[in-house]
Amino acid sequence: MPEENQYCTFHLGNFIFGVGVREVQEVIRYQQMTQVPLAPATVGGLINLRGQIVTAIDLRERLGMPARDPKALPMNVVVCSEDGAVSLLVDEIGDVIHVSSSQFEMVPDTLVGPARELITGVYKLEGKLLLVLDVNKTANIDPETLKVA
Amino acid sequence: MAELDDIVREFLVETHENLGTLEQDLVRLEENPNDAKESLARIFRTVHTVKGTCGFLGFSKLESVTHVGENLLSLLRDGKLSVSGEITTALLSLVDAIREMLTSVEASGEEGSGDYSQLVQELARLVDPSRSAPKPTRSLQSPPAAVPTASREVGQRDPAPPPQIGELLVQGGLITRTEVQDVLELQNAGDPRHVGEILVEQGKVAPEDVVDALNLQKKTKAQNGGLADTTIRVEVSQLDKLMNLVGELVLARNQILQFVGPDTDAALQTTTQRLNLVTTELQAGVMKTRMQPIDTVWSKFPRVIRDLARSCKKRIRVEMEGRDTELDKTIIEAIKDPLTHIVRNAVDHGIESPEKREAAGKPVEGYLRLKAFHEGGHVNIEISDDGGGIDPEKLRRNAHEKGLVSAAILARMSERELLGLIFMPGFSTAEKVTNVSGRGVGMDVVKTNIERIGGSVDISSRLGEGTTLHIKIPLTLAIIPALVVASGQERFAIPQVSLVELVRMDLDKPDCGIEDIGGVPVYRLRGNLLPIVDLSKELFGRKSIIGEGAVTTIVVLQADERQFGMLVEQILDTEEIVVKPLAKQLKNIPAFSGATIMGDGSVALILDILGLAQKASVIGARRDRSLGDRGKQNQSADEKPESLLLVRAGERQTLAIPLRLVARLEEVPRTLVERAGASNVVQYRGQIMPLFYLSDVISEISDAHTELPEMLSVVVFDHRGRSVGLVVAAIVDIVDEAIKRHSTARRPGILGSAVVHGQVVELVDLPGVMERILPHTDSLVPQALVA
Repeated sequence: MPEENQYCTFHLGNFIFGVGVREVQEVIRYQQMTQVPLAPATVGGLINLRGQIVTAIDLRERLGMPARDPKALPMNVVVCSEDGAVSLLVDEIGDVIHVSSSQFEMVPDTLVGPARELITGVYKLEGKLLLVLDVNKTANIDPETLKVA
Repeated sequence: MAELDDIVREFLVETHENLGTLEQDLVRLEENPNDAKESLARIFRTVHTVKGTCGFLGFSKLESVTHVGENLLSLLRDGKLSVSGEITTALLSLVDAIREMLTSVEASGEEGSGDYSQLVQELARLVDPSRSAPKPTRSLQSPPAAVPTASREVGQRDPAPPPQIGELLVQGGLITRTEVQDVLELQNAGDPRHVGEILVEQGKVAPEDVVDALNLQKKTKAQNGGLADTTIRVEVSQLDKLMNLVGELVLARNQILQFVGPDTDAALQTTTQRLNLVTTELQAGVMKTRMQPIDTVWSKFPRVIRDLARSCKKRIRVEMEGRDTELDKTIIEAIKDPLTHIVRNAVDHGIESPEKREAAGKPVEGYLRLKAFHEGGHVNIEISDDGGGIDPEKLRRNAHEKGLVSAAILARMSERELLGLIFMPGFSTAEKVTNVSGRGVGMDVVKTNIERIGGSVDISSRLGEGTTLHIKIPLTLAIIPALVVASGQERFAIPQVSLVELVRMDLDKPDCGIEDIGGVPVYRLRGNLLPIVDLSKELFGRKSIIGEGAVTTIVVLQADERQFGMLVEQILDTEEIVVKPLAKQLKNIPAFSGATIMGDGSVALILDILGLAQKASVIGARRDRSLGDRGKQNQSADEKPESLLLVRAGERQTLAIPLRLVARLEEVPRTLVERAGASNVVQYRGQIMPLFYLSDVISEISDAHTELPEMLSVVVFDHRGRSVGLVVAAIVDIVDEAIKRHSTARRPGILGSAVVHGQVVELVDLPGVMERILPHTDSLVPQALVA
């Protein structure tokens, strides 16, 4: 069970996701992105984060969710993964919330697909569920998928 | 303050640093004597180093003191003695003594007059308790007493506070002491201004004098600061971070500059200007912190060369020029091994044995010269020896025996090409394999390593006279020149090193001249078929832009030994770009080697030309590329038509010069030709240009320039960055013709022959001729004249 009980939350469609606040480097609004041809679809592009080039991962694509409305601009949640800073493209930023471990529950086995691996657990909040994302697994795009193109 | 040697200076800085940790270690040792092995070893090492260096630098007193300390420490380290309060105290006073002497060395270059015999005795007694000290009971107490005195003495020697500004002015005879007194009283009465300010206002001194005095004061302060305080060690990663931030600041500055026009607020304009200046200076400053003199690598060479020379029983003199040439730290690291290899090579099989040298009438002592200099954003390094040189024929034989290159290709190779063979993998000319070199690994690795950092290696050699390796490397790895192109919405950077040329396409021809071989587009470039890669198609899988009339330019690129053309939608600009690595997630994409941030802050990908060529199957997998390939290319190059300048030499002979080597054609009145030493020269575009008669430089052109016309026809070309003129009897024509290189037709200065308009012409080996008559830039007569 994660010791972290403060989560930075964000929205993807109707879902609320959270990553541990300590793993978040910063949250920034939409940045101009450079497309990377030949890269897997999960790579949203490259952004310039104060001189550092950061890969942005399209979280919808990564989780196997339908694509975002092209007119809606995603926000960046820059997280520190084992492989350096990575930006997660999300629909909307939520709050930083405190949760207690009594609200925690493992992911039900009925959840399958890419999300299964990336979501470590669920916090039952009032009227909604907070899905906790494993930052390192999310950032680690399987090299196998790079063989497309 | 006495001028200190660099070595002494370094020694002082290092020792001061070490003493700091040493003291901590000692104290820790006393607190926890059982867990002491590591700190003891460290203390021992430090004292040992100090001792060694002192002996070397001739500080005998320091050496004798550290010597006994070392004895004591070695006993402690080996466990023959255990740490006691008494011993720690003695060791601490040893540290104080060392520090005291260092301070004195720093101030005066001498060890000072302090008497340390008591300390020495005490230390000796601790080493060997049986040796009775004068009064054992007293000595137990005396060291603690000695410590404070010693340190107090150091304290007393602390530099005097810098002289007051008023004092300096009085010393300069500009004002009297009473005037200063008055001002000081004013200040005491509550005047907040500085002494200088008040004096200037009172008209007692000129403002410049005060400035002078202030500078003097600053200087004294800086000197008193001491060496240990003036340097600081910083992690390279910290500097990298700073570099990054400064780069970002530069971009932000650029954006702000764009917003500020002539009609903006004046205050904002001034501030922007300041920001501009400061940023530029900051950038330069940060860049400079990463620069290191090449001497950091070179300084190890004299020793390496000496040892090697001894083991090969040779005598070698080393000369270094441009040791303070600065390079980025990463580059210094990257060239360390290649340079060492080249130097070892030069010693091992460049320079001959003394007997051989004597027999050849050369000085017994060999000569190795390292030269480094900046030139146009690059650093040039030359390593030359006066050894036996490389025999191209031997290379030819060797390559043949090893089966690296086919005989037919070898037979056609020029001297220069043959010399290039030594950069081939698996090639070694050393007749015997020594423990130093000659195992057939080496020069190819040198070449790869240097090319990896965007540099180039070139070799020239004259049999019996020596070999020179010329290395050209960029100043910094981080910034490379690149061509920025656009494909679709995205911009891509192509490193300039891979770029051969840009070809404007013929819009009148169907498909702009791009033809099709079984669905593969090709372009005829000067008679050669150039495979074409469509960038948009390759990257985005879009429909090819061929045939849409959008193509206007082909970017001709070089990957490995192959050339190919790339179609891009738009060519934007050439730019210096800062290379940044791609994140791990994108490392596996072969088409990109990195990314960069453009002037407007957006990110652009850097194309990996080799990877792209492989992806587009323009070139096969790496192993397929071999010299056989290169040979084939040479062959086709041999037979493909080339633009030739036809000239007449002598009366009937027609010679051809490749047009690509020719810079200009000129007519020079004969009266303007002057003599300089043994050569003919002419003043040409503010330069002194040497002139040679074609009939003089090529053998077997019998009828020399008996009667010269009033106007001389001169073919001007570039040789090692200088213009050289070749006088011909007449300029005949320019033709496109394939030259067949018959080895039978080959002789010095002539590469081969061809039939042009029913007439046999011979192809001049211009580089070869030039190498022969002007082997080194230095030997250009005109230059000597100017000097």
